[in-house]
Amino acid sequence: MAKGKNRMSSEINAGSMADIAFLLLIFFLVTTQISEDRGILVKLPPWSNEPPEDITLNSRNVWSVLVNANNELLVRGTPTDIRELRSKTKEFISNPRKESDKADSPTKAIVSLKNDRGTKYKTYLEVYNELQAAYNELWNESANKKFGKDYEFLNTNQKREVRDEIPLVLSEAEPTNFGEEN
Amino acid sequence: MSRFKKSSASAQPGISTASLPDIVFMLLFFFMVVTKLRDSEQKLTVKTPSATELTKLENKSLVNFIMIGRPVKKYQDIYGTKPRIQLGDKIADEEEIPLFLEKHKSSVPEGQQAGITTSLKIDGDVTMGIVSDVKTALRKAGQLKLNYSANKKAE
Repeated sequence: MAKGKNRMSSEINAGSMADIAFLLLIFFLVTTQISEDRGILVKLPPWSNEPPEDITLNSRNVWSVLVNANNELLVRGTPTDIRELRSKTKEFISNPRKESDKADSPTKAIVSLKNDRGTKYKTYLEVYNELQAAYNELWNESANKKFGKDYEFLNTNQKREVRDEIPLVLSEAEPTNFGEEN
Repeated sequence: MSRFKKSSASAQPGISTASLPDIVFMLLFFFMVVTKLRDSEQKLTVKTPSATELTKLENKSLVNFIMIGRPVKKYQDIYGTKPRIQLGDKIADEEEIPLFLEKHKSSVPEGQQAGITTSLKIDGDVTMGIVSDVKTALRKAGQLKLNYSANKKAE
């Protein structure tokens, strides 16, 4: 019996190898999460212990966005829907019709964002995203007009030129504390 | 002519599957290499919100991660249900952030230290209070380059 078996198994059957490999492959396919780290890039202002000095700004150049603890939006004193924020911000910065209540020029425009400690992070990021998007769209338009291509395809010098024309000034005030709950 | 036809019709060679294991193994090794088993245990539930204006984090070794979220069920007995901060694999307070940053900084070559970015992985339902505290701590520690981690929004 044993003798016969020995003679038979002169070669290992590799036919099931594919099955085993497939099994492993599927396991890794299922468990793999190709982690892609993406996010909104932000630069914080440096910390200083002295309170910031009061600068009086022409109110026409300030675009104040407030987000309260109920995740509601107040833009320049008027409740606004988040879907309108991007287009309104763009209009404020570029001021195509030279209205007297919008920015003198894009270089003077300041976007001021203030939130409450009770604001949901999701809402805050959504608002931040819309403000960033407004600038990105303006940069794209300017880049297309000047160089005939999208902003992301420009080289460093060209990017700088566009950004000098429309600088991103987003100032974040210390959050208020009305509705923090945990 | 007729001879050719006849021979091909009668032989009927099946497709050889001998190289199939090789192909599969190649795929297998690819996925084994690409798979990154999580090196630090996640003790918080973090579901980052989605956004559209995203930038990719390029150099992974220049990035440190700070997570904010509520502890997962397993750890709620120890850490409670309030939002907490996780640095590396342990739950910490914002006072420990400078040390955490310093530790990461020392692992980065001196010439590249200016490019260090902090990636904030924050749960969408956390309120801004704790986020502001972390931001203040980061500003005090001189770590000004941030990245609010977010998923790509399906449009």
